[in-house]
Amino acid sequence: MIGYIIKRMLYIIPVCLGVTAVCFALMYLAPGDPAQALLPPDATPEDAAYLLRLYGFDQPVWVQYGRWVLRAASGDLGVSLQSQRPVFREVMSALGNTAVLSAGAVLLAFVLAFILGTVAAYNIGSRIDQASTTLSITGVSVPNYWLGIVLVIVFAVELGWLPAAGMGSAGSDSFSLTDWAQLRYAILPIITMSVLPLGIIMRSVRASVAEALGQESIQLLRAKGLPPYAILTHAVKNAFPQILAVMGLQFGFLVGGSILVETIFNWPGTGFLLGKAILTRDVPLLQGTILVLSISFVIINLVVDVLQSIFDPRVRRT
Amino acid sequence: MTDITTGNTITFQGPPAVSGGAEARSRGYWAGVARRLRHDRFTLFFLALALLIILGALIAPWLGLPDPFQTSMARRLKPIGFKGHLLGTDELGRDLFSRLVYGGRTSLLLGIVPVVLATLIGGLLGVVAGFFGRGVNMLIMRVMDVFYAFPSVLLAVAISGTLGGGILNGLIALTLVFIPSLCRIAESATVQIRALDYIEAARATGASNWSIIRTHVIGNVLTPVVVYASSLISVAVLLGAGLSFLGLGVEPPTPDWGQMLSSLRQSIYVQPLICALPGLAIFLTSLSFNFISDGLRRAMDVKA
Repeated sequence: MIGYIIKRMLYIIPVCLGVTAVCFALMYLAPGDPAQALLPPDATPEDAAYLLRLYGFDQPVWVQYGRWVLRAASGDLGVSLQSQRPVFREVMSALGNTAVLSAGAVLLAFVLAFILGTVAAYNIGSRIDQASTTLSITGVSVPNYWLGIVLVIVFAVELGWLPAAGMGSAGSDSFSLTDWAQLRYAILPIITMSVLPLGIIMRSVRASVAEALGQESIQLLRAKGLPPYAILTHAVKNAFPQILAVMGLQFGFLVGGSILVETIFNWPGTGFLLGKAILTRDVPLLQGTILVLSISFVIINLVVDVLQSIFDPRVRRT
Repeated sequence: MTDITTGNTITFQGPPAVSGGAEARSRGYWAGVARRLRHDRFTLFFLALALLIILGALIAPWLGLPDPFQTSMARRLKPIGFKGHLLGTDELGRDLFSRLVYGGRTSLLLGIVPVVLATLIGGLLGVVAGFFGRGVNMLIMRVMDVFYAFPSVLLAVAISGTLGGGILNGLIALTLVFIPSLCRIAESATVQIRALDYIEAARATGASNWSIIRTHVIGNVLTPVVVYASSLISVAVLLGAGLSFLGLGVEPPTPDWGQMLSSLRQSIYVQPLICALPGLAIFLTSLSFNFISDGLRRAMDVKA
C-alpha cells in the first residue's frame, strides 16, 4: 500500500508541471502582449519598461516559465491590478469560502443520493428504480445558474424567507456555520450547488450497491435467510469506497467550478474572484486563481485516490 | 474509466467486435437498435422535443416572428401573453419568444459543434495513441492527463476568459474541454480491439497500418465514442450557455439563452416569471439531449 501511495504521489509531479505550463501559456493566449496585459491602462512607458525587466519578458520563454513556476511555488503569484493586493492572499482567503459551499453541497447531495440510490438498487428494474434514474438524469441536466435564480425568486423575492445574495453582515472573515444569521446566507447556494453532484452520486450509489448485491457472497447471505436490512448493510459496506471516491471527485469539481453559482449569489469565493478577474481583465488575478484552483483539484484527486486505496485494497492492483 | 465531466464510471457494452467493422456486423445489430428505440416512447418524446428546438432555431427567420432586436422603451418587461408578445418582453422591450427561438441558434451551436469537433479530433488522437502504443501513446495520453487535471467548468472559463468573449473563442474553449475524455474512450476501445486475433491476421496478410485502422478499428471504436459524445451535448449546452451567462461566449445583442438569463436577472423583482424563461429553455434542451443519449445507450446495449 505504501508503494502505491508513493507512486501515486510521484505521479502528480509531472501533472502539476503540466498544469503550471497551461496556466503560464494562458498569459500568452491573452490578446496583446503579456506585459501590456499586466499593465493598467494609464501606465507610462517607463512603467512598461520596468515591468518588462521585472517579469523578465525580454528573456526566452522557458526562462520566463521557470522563474514563474519558482515564484508561484514560493507563494508569489503577483499583485492584482485592481485591488493592488497580493494575488496569493486574495485567492487563499476566497478558497475557504468556496470550500464551505462545496463541502455543504457534497454532503447534502450525498445524504439524499445515498438514500435514493440504495432504494433504487434494492428494487432494481422496478418503477422506483426507473423514477430514480429519471431524477438523476434531471439532476445533471439542470443549469445550476438557472436553478439558483429560480430559488432566489421563490425563497427570497416571493416568500422572503432567505437572503438573495451575499454572505451576511459579518463578511467573509468570520464565517461561522453555527451562527444562523450567517448560515442562512449559505442555504440557497448550497442547495443550488448540490443538484448536479446529487444526480451523479445517486447514479454511482445505485450502480455500486446493485453490483455488490449481485455478488455471490451476498446471495449466500440471502440464502441463509438474512433480512433485507442486514443484506443491504453488507452490500453498502462493499460499495462504500467507490461511492466515497465519486464524492471526493465531485467535491473537487465543485471547488473548481463554483464560478456560476458564486456569481449568482455574490458569494465571495474563488469563483466570484475569477468572475471579477475576467470582467476587469485582471490577468495576474485570473492566472493565479486558475493555478490555485487546478492545483487544489489535483491534490483533492490525490487525497481521494489514497483514501480509496486504504479503504479498498482492490484499487491498488489496477 | 472515469468520466471527466460527470465523474461517474463509464462502462460500455458495445456490439461485439467483429472483423470488417460496421457493414460486416450485419444489419441485425442496427435493426435491433432501431427497433428498441422505436418502442421507447420516453426517448422518442424527448427526441421530438429536441428536433422541435433544433428546427425552430434553423428556420427562425422564416417563422414570421417579431424582430428579436427591435427594442421598445414603452414595452419593457411585459408579462406573458401581453398583446402581440406570446411570452412577453425583455428588459429592453424585445419580444421574448422571438429571442428564445433565435437564441436557440447560438446555444445549440455552442452545444453541438464543440462536441462534433472534439469527437473528430479526440477520437482520432485516441485511435492513433491506442493503435501505435509505446511512445506515441505516452505522448498523447500524458498531454491529455494534464487537461484532465482541470475541472471542466474551470478549463472552459480559463480558456475563453483569457481569449476574451465571442462565439468563436467559446467554441475553441469547449472543444478543448471535451477532447481529453473522448480521446481516452477512443484509446481504450482501440487498445482492446488491437489485441484481437483478426488484427493480427490482417497484419499477416500484409495490410498496412492505415488500412487496418480504416477497415477494422474505426468501425468498432465508433460506437462507444458516439454514445459517449451524445451524452456530452447536454453538458456542452449547459457549459456554453454558462459561458454566455458570464459574459463570455455569445455577446449582446445577439440573443443567446445564457446571455438572456444573465441580463434578465436584474429584473427578478419586476417580472420573475419572464426572467426564468431563458433558463427553462437551457434546461429543456439539456434534458432532452440527456434522455436521448440515455435511450441510445440502452438501445445499443446488446445485453438487453
